Amino acid sequence: MNPVNYLYLAALLFTIGAAGVLIRRNAIVVFMCVELMLNACNLAFVTFSRMHGNLDGQIIAFFTMVVAAAEVVVGLAIIVSVFRARHSASVDDASLMKL
Amino acid sequence: MSANLAAYTTSSGEAFQFWVLGTVALAGALATILMKKAMHSALSLAGTMIILAVFYLANGAYFLGIVQIVVYTGAIMMLFLFIVMLVGVTAADSLKETIKGQRWWAAACGLGFGILLIAGIGQASLTEFNGLGAANSARGGNVEGLAALIFTKYVFAFEITGALLITAAVGAMVLTHRERTERARTQRELSEQRVRQGTHVPPLPAPGVYARHNAVDVAGLLPDGSPSELTVMQTLRKRGQIRDVSSEALADLKALEQRSEERLGRDRDEEEATR
Repeated sequence: MNPVNYLYLAALLFTIGAAGVLIRRNAIVVFMCVELMLNACNLAFVTFSRMHGNLDGQIIAFFTMVVAAAEVVVGLAIIVSVFRARHSASVDDASLMKL
Repeated sequence: MSANLAAYTTSSGEAFQFWVLGTVALAGALATILMKKAMHSALSLAGTMIILAVFYLANGAYFLGIVQIVVYTGAIMMLFLFIVMLVGVTAADSLKETIKGQRWWAAACGLGFGILLIAGIGQASLTEFNGLGAANSARGGNVEGLAALIFTKYVFAFEITGALLITAAVGAMVLTHRERTERARTQRELSEQRVRQGTHVPPLPAPGVYARHNAVDVAGLLPDGSPSELTVMQTLRKRGQIRDVSSEALADLKALEQRSEERLGRDRDEEEATR
């Protein structure tokens, strides 16, 4: 098996995540799809690290994980506070700024 | 020739693992975006992330594989489940489209984007395949190699991520903290208020307790047979999670139980017959 197949898998996962962000309206599920996209990027980084034979790709994947953790903490806090104010986790309902 | 070929391919065991687990990972990702309930989506995503951890391990990223399991499936997904519980397990997506044809356009965009990405990878000349053996063993192992890079070449980025994590933790606390603007009323004050207003001076009635349902989400029946919403607690009432106890629903349930009983009885008979 050619290790490029890992890259194809990462591309597919990223595409599924991106489509999920566009399709779903529950803010929590949208967030999960963003996590899926970040994970797909990590898989590509790790595969490239193996193909090129150095560890820099793994370092970048490690930093991606740290940033994803910070993003999840803040994002979920925002979802909880929006839910408290509007009793809904749907991204369509937060349309106060719409004319 | 064979040595040259070996440099470009992985072992057949890894290929088998890739095709089997890759299929499951794709199925999990699709289930994440297709499942109606957020809880099912979260569990599918957790499965996909565990499979990705296995792929990291197979790719020689031993540290990242373990971190993936500990941080992603352990911490982040559990945080997701926690929020799903907090926000309401039954808060399913509404299926009404607010923008006309949004789903199809989104699916078409996703398809086009996927074709673009895969065609790009297919066109790239990715002939280099060195493997991580030399890089991992240069300093005695994968963890040592990563540590050497993090604390020398990437030390500045590492420190910045530390600051980012602290800021995120403080930000989450600030966002979810709610200042109490008035003193909480005591039990005595609440009961005095009830007496003064003359509404529900005695405690609220208990939820329905039947031979079939002994649950808090079943409304108790009034003397005329109609369910009383007062008997169900306020949280369930607000979420709309009161179970229907009309005579039709009860008849449906009874028929279902009878059918399952008949089927179970038949299964048991068949077992005895085969024995």
